[in-house]
Amino acid sequence: MKDNSMSSISDVEAFKNNYGVNDLDNIFELTNLSYQVGEKKILKNISLNIEQGKYITVVGPSGSGKSTLMRILASMISATSGEALFNGKKISSYEPTEYRRRVSYAFQQPTLFGKTIKDNLEFPYIVRGKEFDKDQVVKFLNYVNLDESYINKSVNDVSGGEKQRIALLRNLIFPPEVLITDEVTTGLDTENKEIVHSILNRFNQDDGLTILRVTHDDSEIEQAMDKITIKNGEVV
Amino acid sequence: MSNLTVSNSTLALGFILVIIALVIGYWQKLQIDKDIIIGVVRAIIQLTIVGYILKFVIKANDVWLTMAFFVIIVINASWNAGKRGNGIPKAFQFSLLAISVGTVITLGTLVWTGSIQFIPEQIVPFTGMIASNIMVAIGLCYRNMKQSFTDRHQQILEKLALGADIKLASEDIIRESIKSGMQPTIDSIKTLGLVALPGMMSGLIIAGVDPVKAIKYQIMVTFMLLASTSIGSFISCYLAYKQFYNEQKQLNSDLLS
Repeated sequence: MKDNSMSSISDVEAFKNNYGVNDLDNIFELTNLSYQVGEKKILKNISLNIEQGKYITVVGPSGSGKSTLMRILASMISATSGEALFNGKKISSYEPTEYRRRVSYAFQQPTLFGKTIKDNLEFPYIVRGKEFDKDQVVKFLNYVNLDESYINKSVNDVSGGEKQRIALLRNLIFPPEVLITDEVTTGLDTENKEIVHSILNRFNQDDGLTILRVTHDDSEIEQAMDKITIKNGEVV
Repeated sequence: MSNLTVSNSTLALGFILVIIALVIGYWQKLQIDKDIIIGVVRAIIQLTIVGYILKFVIKANDVWLTMAFFVIIVINASWNAGKRGNGIPKAFQFSLLAISVGTVITLGTLVWTGSIQFIPEQIVPFTGMIASNIMVAIGLCYRNMKQSFTDRHQQILEKLALGADIKLASEDIIRESIKSGMQPTIDSIKTLGLVALPGMMSGLIIAGVDPVKAIKYQIMVTFMLLASTSIGSFISCYLAYKQFYNEQKQLNSDLLS
């Protein structure tokens, strides 16, 4: 984990220098954030701060607006009103692709790209215009209990749990500052869930990765240290 | 030319063929009699007007008039291709650029190589052939692109979430859309002479031209259509895909069907 930390720190520092941002206690500051589609208000005047390095569990009933809020934070959609700051600057002021490399979003039911697992694990390198680093990739595969033989496997030859772990590695090979996971353990068996928990805990504790985890899983909610609850588009 | 014997009276007798289509439609209760009659009347009126205009343009043999005809064909083809964009913003403008560039490059190459001369009776029909072919190709590109963005929006979202630029996120769709525009031309080339004797070659043979000479023209037309559809598909796809994103490089869900 340490080797990766070194490379990721320089990456993060370069990003911060580029945008002239400093380390703040609050990595996100949201003020009166709203999102509506037509007449329907999905998020209503959300104001909250998210501290750097925290592992926050976002809970609430289905349709309460959790995923919408996470997608706004990941710059996948934009709020219709209010202000969302990342490291003290408006999310919209960052170049979107650079921002998404710092605030990475992992989906509930990911699709694997191309034909092989390599196509997927190479993607973060292609995005950054870097050479594929096989040693680094093997090390990351080992973090999620997979070995080198997976690199050349067909995307059709992996189980649901393996697919989710590989998809998660796409987000983590170049560690971001924030990782948003949207119900990534839903439908996984206990063993796969534990592997996912383990890698997220390691990155949070060893690298200070801020994690926002949306979940409906009772055991995950019970174990959560920090929680945000959203109901009817509002923080309660 | 002496073999061509389509006079007004033979054309009127030829109307029997339309009646056959109408009878089949009525007998099988296809409810297409109105469409057939409107289609035939429109074809007669449009072709008659175009015939007289072409006669005037060819007789005048004026560069500016020929150019004006070129512009009218290109704008008309772009308008129709734009309509096939089915909600893609600026589809007309993109089609206009793609058809203009495709037609100018292809036609320019033909004139430059001496394959055709810059005279109205050659420029006008070749412009029509090239522009209509690009128009069909662009229509296919737009349709494929819109469908692919809809079908694969989840994968695109994931690529964007990993920090991919919109071009990288759309690469597969752009590639497939260009291919879908070119595919009919490539497919028709494969069966040339085996299944179909294409319009231009058939027209020349009917007009009494030596079939071997007619084939040379057809080979040239094949090269021309291949080039024009590739240029048109390439330009239109690379301009249109950006419309599926907003300025924050987010997927524009309003465009997905």
